[in-house]
Amino acid sequence: MAPKLHTPPSRVLTEPWWVRSLLIFAALAIMTLMLLLPLFIVFAEGLRKGWEVYLSALTHPDAMSALKLTLLVAGVAVPINAIIGVAVSWCVTRFDFPGKGILMTLIDLPFAVSPVVAGLIYVLVFGQNGWVGPWLIDHGFKIIFTPWGVILATIFITFPFVARELIPIMQSQGADAELAALTLGASGWKMFWRVTLPNIKWGLFYGIILCNARAMGEFGAVSVVSGHLRGFTNTLPLHIEILYNEYQFAASFAVASVLALLAIVTLVLKSILEARIGD
Amino acid sequence: MSIQAEHLSKTYATFHALDDVSLSMKTGQLIALLGPSGSGKTTLLRILAGLEVPDAHPRLKILFGDRDVSRTKPGGRGVGMVFQHYALFRHMTVEQNIAFGLEVRPRSKRPAKSEIAKRVAQLLEMVQLESYGKRYPHQLSGGQRQRIALARALAIEPQVLLLDEPFGALDAKVRKDLRRWLRQFHEDMGITTVFVTHDQEEALELADEIVVLNRGRIEQIGSPQQVYDTPASAFVCEFLGNVNRMDGWKEQSAPIYVRPHEIDVVFAREEGVDITASVTHLFAAGPIAKLHLKLPGGRILDAEISRAQLEAMALDQGDEVGLKFRTSRSFKSMTAG
Repeated sequence: MAPKLHTPPSRVLTEPWWVRSLLIFAALAIMTLMLLLPLFIVFAEGLRKGWEVYLSALTHPDAMSALKLTLLVAGVAVPINAIIGVAVSWCVTRFDFPGKGILMTLIDLPFAVSPVVAGLIYVLVFGQNGWVGPWLIDHGFKIIFTPWGVILATIFITFPFVARELIPIMQSQGADAELAALTLGASGWKMFWRVTLPNIKWGLFYGIILCNARAMGEFGAVSVVSGHLRGFTNTLPLHIEILYNEYQFAASFAVASVLALLAIVTLVLKSILEARIGD
Repeated sequence: MSIQAEHLSKTYATFHALDDVSLSMKTGQLIALLGPSGSGKTTLLRILAGLEVPDAHPRLKILFGDRDVSRTKPGGRGVGMVFQHYALFRHMTVEQNIAFGLEVRPRSKRPAKSEIAKRVAQLLEMVQLESYGKRYPHQLSGGQRQRIALARALAIEPQVLLLDEPFGALDAKVRKDLRRWLRQFHEDMGITTVFVTHDQEEALELADEIVVLNRGRIEQIGSPQQVYDTPASAFVCEFLGNVNRMDGWKEQSAPIYVRPHEIDVVFAREEGVDITASVTHLFAAGPIAKLHLKLPGGRILDAEISRAQLEAMALDQGDEVGLKFRTSRSFKSMTAG
């Protein structure tokens, strides 16, 4: 068969050239305005007063402790949510039980609720005048206004990411491979490690990347719960807000650029993994 | 390994997937569980495998040989299972797939690495895919994948092989080839095999014995010839092979059934014809000539005659012919029991 020549698109199925140009231009303009420009401004403003100010803002003790807390929170919240996410996805896609529908709705709850409300929930439960708070405080467990509160609030907010990613994947894959493993004599754990996990690994990474990005960047819920105690309960996003409110613009943008870098790395990893998930 | 199962039922909410089914199989038989979708055949297979738990029943029994396996986990029943969509482990090579059953055994029962490798090579040879060991499942065709799935199931030396619509996902030519291959394989290996299918041609061609299921109940158990020639109910008659159904024939309340090849087509003026008909259509491309015959009342019947007879009678579209029904059957009810 002769090779097909590249033919221009059929007139019937395509808009006129000026409509196409207009739409593409509009899409690019919106993207530039809402995404590229802010990203560019963050770096530009951060470096406005020069490299020394930029670096000193990043190495300031408060900034360093904010970074440490952000890393700690992510380091605790992400693994916990990964494990719970896998367990919940497993339950929901492989079994039928009463209350399954409610569980699936609850998984999406942190997305539906405003982050500020989420933070408030924790204050109302664990705070000094909360349901469980007084009892815990009496026994030496302070949650609100400590890193523990920040970690708890972050776990709640970032919970759905892994589960929402894994549930469709596990549903479409079906249980046949796992059932085959069982008939071949594998125990439950061996089946999980050798068959289930490898099958979902790309989806799991993807969910973890998203979970991590949100854990590091969360503001609303953490703001309510942390008390903004400098050097103690400030994460990077909170520290940025403090710097900005004190008119230290260059410094605040400098710290913001760290989160912007995180966003870029997240996006790159996302694209790479998206391609893999199709396999 | 003989199989004996008694009083198996499975209910989902209000749906009876299986309704008090009992059957037994002798060692080395190749048995087909045949039925339309929803008949319970896959549920029955999965219960035998241990992948589904049947409803409780005081006299429930699942025996493999002498052993009661009704409480045994799938891994402990000694069954090898092959699924319709192969269920191969995507991230493992062919060799790793086949070796899986041996490698997940507890330390004490696990053979040495060299022993496992030898067994894998043997099995690859058995399914005629010797050079494919290092490939991944996505690099194989459907038919090849199914053979690897079979090799994987055989690696654990099962006493019973269970196949769930093994050729359902393959195209017609591959299906025919694998059917032939499986029959030969079974002759060579002699393992008790149960396979599920909705394709009656496949069941008739492959099985030593067919279990016909409909709506969770067994309609008939018998050899392919038995279920085809002497169906126990109208359902079995209609499900297996082509059949003409005639309601209100000679004022009978129950419809009668005649298979296309059981109709004798003769010249219209011959003696003793049951009825006359005109030929509305004839297909002569093939080993057998197929006729569409229109009866006086407007009903259309399918008939099959040999090409030789077609030429001897010089039949053509529009001709009037006489029909004699060599065999006809009628049943008290649609389903058995």
